[in-house]
Amino acid sequence: MRLPVTAWASITHRATGVFLFAGIALMLWALDGSLADPAGFNALEETLAHPLLKLVIWAVVSALIYHALAGIKHLVMDMGFGETMAAGILGVRVVWALAAVLIVFAGIWIW
Amino acid sequence: MVTSVTSLGRSGLYDWFVQRASALILLAYFLFLGWTLVAGVDYASWKALFSQTWMRVFSLLALVSLCAHAWVGLWTVFTDYLTERMLGSAGGIVRLLAEAISALVIFTYLVWGIQILWGL
Ligand code: HEM
Repeated sequence: MRLPVTAWASITHRATGVFLFAGIALMLWALDGSLADPAGFNALEETLAHPLLKLVIWAVVSALIYHALAGIKHLVMDMGFGETMAAGILGVRVVWALAAVLIVFAGIWIW
Repeated sequence: MVTSVTSLGRSGLYDWFVQRASALILLAYFLFLGWTLVAGVDYASWKALFSQTWMRVFSLLALVSLCAHAWVGLWTVFTDYLTERMLGSAGGIVRLLAEAISALVIFTYLVWGIQILWGL
């Protein structure tokens, strides 16, 4: 599909939102285990050390980073800033660049 | 104006506002949580954090915001894609079904979260 970058940004925001909704189950599960008792905490740490789970965690964290940054941009535009097409495209570039950097950092932190 | 029995506040403007207010609360919560995790936690410090009343209240606030945010968000997505225009005459029932399932999941998250936080 050939769409303006702003449309892709909007679709990605939507997709990450729906994905995060599923990701909440993982977060609650981890929170539950981590607070249960010291054994639960250690067991969780071991489980989360599995490469496949690390990948899943990274995906959820990345979605959160992107969704939050795009969300902030959304709120800024709601307040009436940057509503021209040129500013919109610039906003998308800034969000994507920031998200890319933060996602890489998150990956380094997870591994 | 959006008027639909399944929209959260039966008004588009109200839902729009809830979506934004909940987004800000979630943002604050995840920033705080991310900061805490990156700084490093062990069981004792993690448990101590979550046994404080303010943290439980903050977490509960985030959880309730999440439920509202997810309901309005998913509702918007469903009313965009799961329609009679997209799916033919089955659209309405499919949309209602999707809304019912997401309501059930949201409610499960809420109860589960409260149980974790307040250790019922
Ligand atoms: C982690 C839990 C979160 C979940 C499950 C979630 C889910 C969703 C969903 C499903 C939508 C609907 C997407 C659409 O209508 O296209 C949405 C919209 C939105 N989200 Fe989130 N979100 C979360 C966190 C956040 C955070 C932290 C922010 C911070 C700024 C945020 C800001 C927004 C905004 C501003 C919208 C409205 C977009 C619009 O009106 O088109 N969300 N979210």
